[in-house]
Amino acid sequence: MKSKIFPKRKKKMGMDNRRSKIGNGFVIFLLLLLGAFMAFPLYYTVIQSLKPSEELFQFPPRLYVLRPTGEHYTELLQLMSNMWVPFSRYLFNTLFVTFAGTIFHVLFAGMAAYPLAKHKFPGRDFLFAVILLGLMFVGQVTFLPTYIIISKLGMLNTYWAYIAPSVGASLGLFLMKQFIEQLPDSLLEAARIDGASEWRTCFKIVFPNIKPAVLTVFIFQFVNIWNGLSKELVYDEQLKVVKVALEQISASNAYARMGSGMAGSVLLMIPPIVIFILMQRNVVETMTCAGLKE
Amino acid sequence: MEKIKKYRTSYLMMLPYLVLFALFTILPVVVSVVLSFTDYDMVQKPVFVGLENYFQIFLNDEYFIVALKNTLVFAIIIGPASYVICFMIAWLINELKPLPRALVTALFYIPTIVGAAGWNVWRLIFSSDQYGLVNGFLMKWGFINEPIGWLTDEAYIMPVLIIVQLWMSMGISFLTFIAGFQNVDKTLYEAGMMDGIKNRFQELWYITIPAMSNQMIFAVVMQIVNCFAVGEVSSVLAGLPSTGYAGETIVTHIMDYGNLRFEFGYACAMAVILVVMMQYSKKFATWLIGKMGH
Repeated sequence: MKSKIFPKRKKKMGMDNRRSKIGNGFVIFLLLLLGAFMAFPLYYTVIQSLKPSEELFQFPPRLYVLRPTGEHYTELLQLMSNMWVPFSRYLFNTLFVTFAGTIFHVLFAGMAAYPLAKHKFPGRDFLFAVILLGLMFVGQVTFLPTYIIISKLGMLNTYWAYIAPSVGASLGLFLMKQFIEQLPDSLLEAARIDGASEWRTCFKIVFPNIKPAVLTVFIFQFVNIWNGLSKELVYDEQLKVVKVALEQISASNAYARMGSGMAGSVLLMIPPIVIFILMQRNVVETMTCAGLKE
Repeated sequence: MEKIKKYRTSYLMMLPYLVLFALFTILPVVVSVVLSFTDYDMVQKPVFVGLENYFQIFLNDEYFIVALKNTLVFAIIIGPASYVICFMIAWLINELKPLPRALVTALFYIPTIVGAAGWNVWRLIFSSDQYGLVNGFLMKWGFINEPIGWLTDEAYIMPVLIIVQLWMSMGISFLTFIAGFQNVDKTLYEAGMMDGIKNRFQELWYITIPAMSNQMIFAVVMQIVNCFAVGEVSSVLAGLPSTGYAGETIVTHIMDYGNLRFEFGYACAMAVILVVMMQYSKKFATWLIGKMGH
């Protein structure tokens, strides 16, 4: 096991004695234990969504499924197609809001991150300090005043209620700013000597060179919006998103629709997971720059 | 003034982001502070009441004290626990080969990004009938005769929420640590060997931790946001309000007064208290990390 998972160390560096066999066994045991804790709920969600109804209400509950069935998925699709608003509308709303919010955030925050990282304008340190403070002013804490502001701006019950607050969040800007700081100044100098304006430098040099950060911010933003859209801000059925629609389905009869509720959970989990796995490498690369000084 | 003019492009580039940031990240906190001194229901004009809301919160609201206690349980016990677990796992898997490392990273991060869709399954695992997984097995093995109301019995709500919170809060800090470990300058380790570092723990304490203190502070900020903002998970799993307010946190208390009772001034005062608590925890944790490894 050891040689398969851990790369061999060079003997002459004298590193081998740092790690004992018992230590390795303990490490692997600990990882397996915690890994099981992390993985089990995900596994059980899938299993429950595949169990036929009589297996869902069986005592004692089973950790595996005897006769897997797709009936809950078809039931879910049926419920969705019978809704007053066609399901495609919820899907469109979700995709539109998620992509618009993500793209505007990446664009605006990227445009702001470049001067913050590379220009020495008056007030820069103060501005960045405020943005750092903003890292803690998250929606889960300030949802109430945000609701008041959105309603005073007349954005209640529009797509803007979803999009605008997510564009003004500060985590994405912070990550991009830290990443841009690592770009060599010579790269930017070269563009300026060629006569490129600051705008051109930003879009032609900076953005293409911070692709990992852009993709990372894209993931965080996508996940936040996909999971976080609140039902208080938008109450018009036509404007609701998939998450809210699925919650309404399973909430309307939680007991009888346990299976389709689980099927809905599985469907909701897929997009964030797929996107994260596709872009994982970029995320790790970006987070190496994410350090915060004291 | 000359200088500001010279950098006008910089300001212009930041403008779109800063407008949204000011409106949806900073303004909510300002609005909270202002409204916290008033009596406001969004229909009538706010009436100035001075510190009345704060007096009420601390002297006359027994459930706020419960909410405060629960929030502190998450902040003081679960926050550091999950931080240390994340750190240890990131440290352990740092030496794995890239593929298993990527798999473990995904496993620990996915529960964070599946959001509310992932909570549904916890309702089945801790369901209060005999079909719930925990009840089912405890009854089958003869530990209990009657199903336990894990999410409805005051004694069990917090322990269950703690487990779920632990499951879903490893995300960003874990990623940051993974990145941080990979970023430590390898020559530092060789220099450390020369200086007589004997084992992995000394290496961790004297070399790795000081080298990645910036990442550690960033992870602290994310962790503080995570555990002080626990609320939605409580309202989804245990209900709003939960039985006997046993699962009440400051955030659910804000939801209670804001979304259900429309006492916005009172709710805003609680949000202000929460934000202040978060800022001071950050100061304290930053100071603590600065002390480590020296």
